[in-house]
This record gives sequence, structure tokens and C-alpha cells, in this order.
Amino acid sequence: MYGKKVKLRFLFVSLILITLILSIFLILKSLEENVVYFQSPTKIKETSEIQRKKMRIGGMVKENSISINSNEIVFVITDFKNEINVTYSGIVPNLFEEGKGVVAEGYLKDRNFFIASKILAKHDENYMPPEVKAALGKE
Amino acid sequence: MASLIGFYSLVFGAITSLIIIFFSVKNFKSAEKLNVKIVPLTFLQFIFVLISFLGLIVSFINSDFSNETVFNHSHSTKPLFYKISGTWGNHEGSLLLWLLVLTSFIFIFILKSIRQPVQYRILTLLFQQIIIIGFFIFSLKTSSPFNYIYPIPDEGLGLNPILQDPALAIHPPILYLGYVGTSIIFSSSLSALTVNYISKEWAKHIKEWVLTSWVFLTLGILLGSIWAYYELGWGGFWFWDPVENVSLMPWFALTTLIHCILVLEKRSQLTSWVVILSIATFTLSMSGTFLVRSGVLNSVHTFANDPERGLFILVFLFSLIFLSLFIFIFFHKKEMDFNNSFSLISKETSILINNWFMMYFLSVVLIGTVYPIFLDVISSEKISIGPPFYHKLIIPFLIPFLLAMAIGPKLKWIKSGLPDKLYLIVFFILSVLLSIFIVKKLEIEFLINSVLISVVFYLFFITLRDFFIKKSSSFSQNITHFGFSLFLLSIIFNNLFTSEIITNLKVGDTFKSEKFKIYFENLDQKKEKNFQSIVGKFVVENLNGEKEVMMPELRIYNQPNMVTSEAFIKTNFFSDKFMTMNLVQNQEYLNIRYQIKPLMIWIWISILMITTGGLISLLRKNEN
Repeated sequence: MYGKKVKLRFLFVSLILITLILSIFLILKSLEENVVYFQSPTKIKETSEIQRKKMRIGGMVKENSISINSNEIVFVITDFKNEINVTYSGIVPNLFEEGKGVVAEGYLKDRNFFIASKILAKHDENYMPPEVKAALGKE
Repeated sequence: MASLIGFYSLVFGAITSLIIIFFSVKNFKSAEKLNVKIVPLTFLQFIFVLISFLGLIVSFINSDFSNETVFNHSHSTKPLFYKISGTWGNHEGSLLLWLLVLTSFIFIFILKSIRQPVQYRILTLLFQQIIIIGFFIFSLKTSSPFNYIYPIPDEGLGLNPILQDPALAIHPPILYLGYVGTSIIFSSSLSALTVNYISKEWAKHIKEWVLTSWVFLTLGILLGSIWAYYELGWGGFWFWDPVENVSLMPWFALTTLIHCILVLEKRSQLTSWVVILSIATFTLSMSGTFLVRSGVLNSVHTFANDPERGLFILVFLFSLIFLSLFIFIFFHKKEMDFNNSFSLISKETSILINNWFMMYFLSVVLIGTVYPIFLDVISSEKISIGPPFYHKLIIPFLIPFLLAMAIGPKLKWIKSGLPDKLYLIVFFILSVLLSIFIVKKLEIEFLINSVLISVVFYLFFITLRDFFIKKSSSFSQNITHFGFSLFLLSIIFNNLFTSEIITNLKVGDTFKSEKFKIYFENLDQKKEKNFQSIVGKFVVENLNGEKEVMMPELRIYNQPNMVTSEAFIKTNFFSDKFMTMNLVQNQEYLNIRYQIKPLMIWIWISILMITTGGLISLLRKNEN
């Protein structure tokens, strides 16, 4: 027979292992649920099914596409191959400008319309989100 | 001129490092007394770096645009205060600041550790010098703050306007004091491990450094988050953004370490765990710098950066990790552990519970921060992980964590019954009832809210009661735990009661909702030295007909040409009223956000309380 101490330590170690496995499982599971994928307008046009999950779309704000009324801001994100119309009611960052990079987070309505819940801010005028850079192709 | 002096001073500082290493290796072999040259040399090194740093500040003050760093980050019309703070508001300068803190801390360490064994002191100095040399090379080779440009430009490129802010001017130095403080803990624990000095005495001595780093790190994070609250205009103070997360991770590790050190100090247990935590804390601080500076992180806070630098830090970081693992494996003596056992209900157990949960929170944040980078590398799929991930994984686990936090400090070492059962139970019932009452009243989701609010109240009441029970030895712990419960309470009620209006208005427009009327009265212009300011005047009227004037501001900076919003915030003890106004290109409409955020100020106050606990414990220790 094993001593009481050994038994206790065995219990302790197995308890740790179980909690470890459980917490890893939990983390991975909610990771899966809460990941927000980044898409370009072209990628959205190409996929056959419209995803209902929250996503981010990045590209350039098309020239002369911003219009605004008291409830919402409407603009077009382009990657110079395809475009998508974005409707947004919320705060836009100050660096949100036509001809500059933008990332919008929200849900797809259909292949051409995107309802944004967040427009991401950038702190640097010369800065472009890496996703946008990738979406626009490397210069 | 100042740049030149700065540069050579930096080079001399690096050379001094080699001399110190030479002497300390020699000294270590024949260690009876500390070599008399060592203290003056570390002081000299500190002075060299200080001169170098002052040289950079002077170049910034004089707007010496022949210096590349000054050219890239300053402008002659910038106010003096921001010329100075611009010194560390960029990569090169902030690295120099790291070095300055590194060298000053090791000097202070050598002075303060006079009662410690000689070998241990020398070895700590050696390890610290390895880190310092790494940073010297990094600074001189990849990111010298003293590069010369010719022809000399007339004007600089200016500092990013959102960095031109008092809170952000002192945020990096404070945060770095915390980060760099962990380097001393790292060197010291490795050295103590090598000379077999991990003991109660060591714990007592290193606790000061742990507490100091912790206090600075907490303050640094607080400043950053206050800044984010009013400058970014998103109306929140924590966004689970990678750049924020990397400062939180060392904080978790450091907080765990504080608790463990207690066990080591009182009971000589958990030795290996303390060493691992010391290594982890510094490694996390370094990775923080790496991740922020390398551009690997895809963050909304991202500033321009350079991947090559990232590679250097990464290589340096891995060598340090390997070195420390090597030392840990070879010098760690097994028999140091498990020399004493303790019962299931004891202070040790409750501290272990704290440790396990802290490590869990740390891994959640770590995975959430690193996973997107990982996925990008293996599949070039770009993703981001938002707040729901963290909330979902952290909030439920706060419940047992808080219970342990309330009851743990009441337990005795080794073996303990539950003391004063009666009031613990009474308080628990009271908290549950109160929380159920509140949740019912608010008609919010029942289960998670009532359980969560119950345990937070429980911690709140128990720690509150302890203030009136005379047991001054744990006053610092008590105020910290109380502060934490206040912090959570404020966040919870802040989240539940925040109301927000987002709308687009033209001058003269009125926005009406059920609760408010917002009238956009006018726009006013002001000219400042380096920006033009546009101030909007809004009259907000609530249901009772009370009127309030809000005046958010837009700033159009000259160089770089950039617009920032300055939130208008009215603070009182109950709530913050918060308004920002944003420009939309070529449009008459302005983008308005109005928020009422209850208990906002209590979030800051409670964090200050938490910090005060650390500070008191530090000061009291010095008295003894």
C-alpha cells in the first residue's frame, strides 16, 4: 500500500492535470467562437456562402464615396478589384478619409452590403493596417 | 554637439559594462569582499548613460534637426514640455530610457544589498550586465538615437499628436520603471539560485524590488488606461488590445510573485516556483517591448516600427530564456522543495489558489494575444480576437478567485480552522441577498450577474470590516484587496449603467431621444502654437430639464498634419459625462458621441488604492 502522503500527492497532481486540460479545452473552444476573420472585398465576392459571423473588412475608402446623414455614415471600401458598400452608425476615427486605408468590423448583409459596428482607429497618418496592406497586394 | 556627447557617452557606457564584467568575474573567483572598484564603476556607467540621455533631451529642446531622432519626432513649434517628453515618445529614445533605468537600478541594487552575501551580489551584477550589454548593442547597432543627417533639415516631422498629452508623457517612464525593475528580480533570482541562496533572507530582500516594480507597473498601466479613456474617445478604458495585454501579462506574473514571496519568506516553500515566476516576469516584460516595437502585433495602437529591431530583441530574448532555463535546470536543488507540508485549509493553500487562477488569467491573455500572430504565420489567415473572448474566459473564474481572496488572508499558516465562522457566513448571506435584490431590480441576466455581484460584495464587506478590526500588520494587504473589490464593483456598475448616444449633427441641429436632447449650438475656432482648435458647444438637456454645456474639441495639428479629438469630460463622484466630436471628411455633419458613465472615477481611485497597498507594504518594510 502507498502511504497517505503519496496518495495525497497523486490526488493533487491529477487534479492539476485535469484542471489544466479543462482550461485549455475551454480556451480553445471560446477562441474558436470569438475569432474575427479578416476579409477583403474580393474575398467576399469569391466565397460562395455568405458568412453570418462577425468579420473585419479592410481596404481603401473609395474617393467621393462618403456620405452622411444624422443617423449613419455610408461609404465604399475598395481593394481596386471589388467593392463593398458599408453602412455605419457610430464614431469614425479622425483618420478616416477617402483614399486612405480602413478596417471595418461588423456583419455582412449580403454580398454587396456590410453593416459595420466599428471602424478601427489608427494613430499614425502613414500607418496602414497590415491586413489592408496584404489585401491591397504588396507595393 | 549635445548629440555627439550623447553618442560617445553611450559608447563609454557600453565599454564600462565590459570593464565591470571583467572585474566582477575576477572578484567572483576570490570572493571575500566586494571589489572596491565595482561600486564606482556601476555609478560611472549610470552617469554615462545619464549624460547620453540628457544629451538627447538637450537635442530635443534645441530642436537640433541634424539628429535623425529629433528630426523624426519633433518640431520647433512644439511646446517645451512635449519636446522633452518626445525624447522617450519614440523607439530610439525609449530604448535609451530602458538603459538609463537598467543602469540606475543595478547601481541602487549594489548599494542596497550591502548585507547580502558577496558572491550573490557579484553574480546579480554580472547577470544584470549581460542584460545591459544586450541593450547597449541593441541601441548602438540597430537604433541609435544619435544618427546624423546631412544636409540638416530646417524643420522636423513632428510628434504624433495623440502622444502630446501629459498622461502619455509620463506613462512610458513609469511603466519602464516597472518593467526594468523585473530585470533585477530576474538577475537576482538566477544568481541566488546559482549560489544556493534562495532562502527566507533572500525573499525578504528581493521583496522590496518585487513591490517596487509592481507599484510602478500598476501606475504605468493606470496612466495608459486613463489616457486611452480620454484621448482615444472610445469611452472605455481597456480594450483588450494586444499592446495593452502585453503590459497586463507581466502584471499578473508579478502579482503572483508577490504572493509567493510571502510563502517563501515565512515558510521557505515554493522556491522553484518563485524562481520560475521571476524568470517569467522579466521575460514577459521583454516580450512586451519586443511585441510593441517589432510591429508583429496587429494592434489599433500600432505606431510605425521596424521588423529588424524585432528580430534582435527576439534573439536576445531567447538567449536570456535559454540561459535562465540552463541555470534553473543545473543549479536547482530538488531537496529545497517539499520540506514542509501543509494542510488543505491554510494560508498556503489559499495563496496557491491565487497562483493557479493568476496563471490561468495570464494564459488566457497570452493565448488571446499570441494566437493571431501564430495563425498568421502558419496559415496567413488574418484574425483578431475581441473582448468577448476575454470576458467569457475570465469573468466566471473570478468567482472562486474572489472567494479565496476574501477568506484566504484570514487563514493561518500550515493548518488552520475557519476562524470566526459566524460573521463569514452572515456576510455571505448578506452579500447574496443584496446582489439578488440589485439584479432583480435591474432586470438583467440573473445567474451570472447575481453570483458575480455576490462574491464581489462579499470581498468588499469583509475587507471593509477588516479596516475596523485592529490588526495593522495586514493593513497593506487589506487596502489592496479592498481596492480590488471596489475596482470590480465600479467596473460592473459602470458596464451595467453606461448609456450612450451616437449621432451625426450639423450646427443648429437638435438630437432627441427618450432621455436626452442634444442641441448643437455653435463651433468656435482658436489658434494655438502648433495646432488649430475647433471647439463645439453643445447643450444637453435631460428629462428633468437640467441643462449642461459640453464643449468637445477637435485639434488640427500643423506637423504632422493630423486631426485629434479631445473628449470633454465632466467628472463627479457618481458619474462621468463624456462627449467627443469627430470630423468626417468634406462633410457638414460632425460625428458626436455622448456617454454617461457611472462610477468612472472610482475605477481610477480603486486602482490607486491597490497601488497604495503595495506602497505601504514597501515603506513599512523599510522601517523595520
